[in-house]
Parts: sequence; C-alpha cells; structure tokens
Amino acid sequence: MRLPNWLHKLASPPHFYRIAARIEPWMLGAGLAAIAVGTFGGLLLAPPDYQQGDAYRIIYFHVPAAYLAMQLYALMAIGSAIGLVWRMKLAYAIAAAAAPVGLAFTGLALATGMLWGKPMWGAYWSWGDARLTSVLVMFFLYLGYMLLHASLEERSTADRAAGILAVVGVVNLPIIKFSVEWWSSLHQGPTISRLAAPAITWDMLWPLLVMIVGAVLFSLAVMLTRARAEVLLRERGARWVRDVVAVGA
Amino acid sequence: MTPRRRRMVAMTSGLVCLVAATALVLTAFEQNMLYFYTPTQIAAGEAPEGRRLRVGGLVERGSVRRTPGSLEVRFDVTDLDRTITVAYAGVLPDLFREGQGVVAHGAVGADGLFQADEVLARHDENYMPPEVAEMLEERGHPPDASLP
Repeated sequence: MRLPNWLHKLASPPHFYRIAARIEPWMLGAGLAAIAVGTFGGLLLAPPDYQQGDAYRIIYFHVPAAYLAMQLYALMAIGSAIGLVWRMKLAYAIAAAAAPVGLAFTGLALATGMLWGKPMWGAYWSWGDARLTSVLVMFFLYLGYMLLHASLEERSTADRAAGILAVVGVVNLPIIKFSVEWWSSLHQGPTISRLAAPAITWDMLWPLLVMIVGAVLFSLAVMLTRARAEVLLRERGARWVRDVVAVGA
Repeated sequence: MTPRRRRMVAMTSGLVCLVAATALVLTAFEQNMLYFYTPTQIAAGEAPEGRRLRVGGLVERGSVRRTPGSLEVRFDVTDLDRTITVAYAGVLPDLFREGQGVVAHGAVGADGLFQADEVLARHDENYMPPEVAEMLEERGHPPDASLP
C-alpha cells in the first residue's frame, strides 16, 4: 500500500515546517479563546448540579483533559505506525512531539479526577477500578515512550524502539474507553458519547463542548510547535534549516 | 513482497496477536475486573466466600438507621431485586443519601451482615440543574432511580 501523494508532499520537512508555522498562531489563538469562553461558561454561567452542587464543575477540565490524553495517544501511535511501516521521518517527529503533551493531559485528568473523587466518592483513588487503573497505565506508557526515546543515542533506533512501545500500548485505549461498560466500576459511565441523548442539560453541556474544542486546538498548536522544533533538530544539517535559522536570527 | 509490505504485515499480525492475548487475559480475569458485586450475585454465591469484596447498589429508601451518639450506621443496599444489609462505622461521603449508588468494601459475616470498613458513593452519568431534577420528581421519574 502506498501513501497518497498529498501526504508525501506534506511529509517533506520544509513543506511541513512552513505550513505548520502558518496555521499554528490561528490554532493557538482560537484554542485559547475557546478555553476562555468555556471556562467562563462552565464556572459562572452553567447552573449547579442537583446532587453535586458546584463540585461537578471539575468536568469542564477533567473531561477535555481525559479526551485529549486518549486522542494524543492515538496520534502518537498512528505516527509511530506510519514511521515503522513507511519509514516516514516526519511521522516519527510528530509522535515524539505528541508524547509530552499527552503525558501532561493524562496527569491533568488524573489530578482533577482525584480532587473530585475525594469529596464525591469519599476517596482520592481506588485500586481495583478498571477506568482509574487503565488511565494510570496510559500515563506510564507515555512516560515509558519518552524515557525509551531519550535513552537511545541513535535517533532512528530510538524512534523505532519507542514507536513499537507506542503501537503495543494502543491495546489499552479500548480498555480505557469501555472499562466502565464491560465491568462494574466506581467511575461513572459516559455522559456525552453514548447512543441515547446526552444525560446532561444543554446549559451545562455547551461550555463542556467549547472546552473540548479549545483543548483540541490548543494541544494541536503546542504539538505542532514541538514537532517543528523536532524537525529542525533532526534536519539540522540540511540547507533549508540553515536558511530558516538565518532568517529567524 | 516489498520490505514495506513485509513490515506492514508484521505489524498488523503482531497487533492482532496482542489484541487476542489481551482479550484472553481480560476474559480469564473477568471476576477480578469487576469493581463490585451486586446483592443478587452475592445471594447466588457468585462472590468469593470468606474473602473481602465490594458490594454495590442503591441505598434503599428509608433503610438508613444510625446509632445515636456514634458513627455507627446500618443501611440496606439493593439492586432492585435482592438486598443486603451493610454495617459501617465512619464518615460517609457527601454524596451518600437514600436512593444513591454506593460501593461498600468489607466482608459478609456469619450472620449475613455485610461489615464494611469503607463506603464510597457512586455518582451516575446524569447531570442536571436542581429545577430539572424537581420537575422529573414531580412527573414520577426520580433522577436517581438508575442502577449503578
């Protein structure tokens, strides 16, 4: 199987660098604006919950963080898989750029969940809950990817070894997603992504959706910045890099 | 076979094997993947006997009995089919109330009483403002009647 032509063109490092540099500020601006609107809507405009009062408002941070944590893992794994099969260097660079961002969002999801769990469940953490444990496993997969990548001197070996780890860890994604449906758990089931209508009223839902859009745009912008730096580093001998650096300096 | 095709086949078959292995492991440990047992499962003897376990369900309305002057409390946990009485001494979480989902950690005593040393509240996936909850209650659909 061959990759489509436009993807090959986009995958040329100088081309990617230019396109990414152009769309990045827009993504960052729109993302931060959406996060500001979502935070205002979620913390001030949305009504309190009938059972949890104001404590439920942590979902405006917890849900986008958890969503991004999983999406970025998928991105990292797809990048690694394309790198492994098609030997595309840019795909490896994107995977390496996505890892720390995903790790940060996973940490945020775990931290916000624990802060909510103490007053609501009665405990910060409960070993034995499949959702909590599988997300912690994802945290360590991210960490393992980054450590493995950093520990190998030769970049192409590091890309391949860490890439295999990322692809293997994909098995964990459906476990995270369906853990609350396959097994009984302490963590509640899905609210938005279920087949029936969302089990949340509209005035509570819209800030959450805005927050998710904002988090996606923001994390993509951060990921692209990291990917550009990664590309510059990897191509540092190339002529176009010397041109870019000369213009930038 | 081109090297690229070979790499793709190797990776795809590797992933398929990995998924199969994971599915087998998860199926084998199915009982241990359950966070809690329902009162019906315990009554049917599906829960391990003499071992610590968690029981989950709704707090039966009108079943909470407190001992005055102490933290001791007893309440019935139901899955709308079977019921088990839980005894607990300690601080209950904010969300604990009648009709609410709870998970109690402990063991069944010889007298059939579930002696818990930890009670966690379990929240469901429904979020709504108090006015909406009141409206549902008036129409005869209390919002917390769903099972965990």
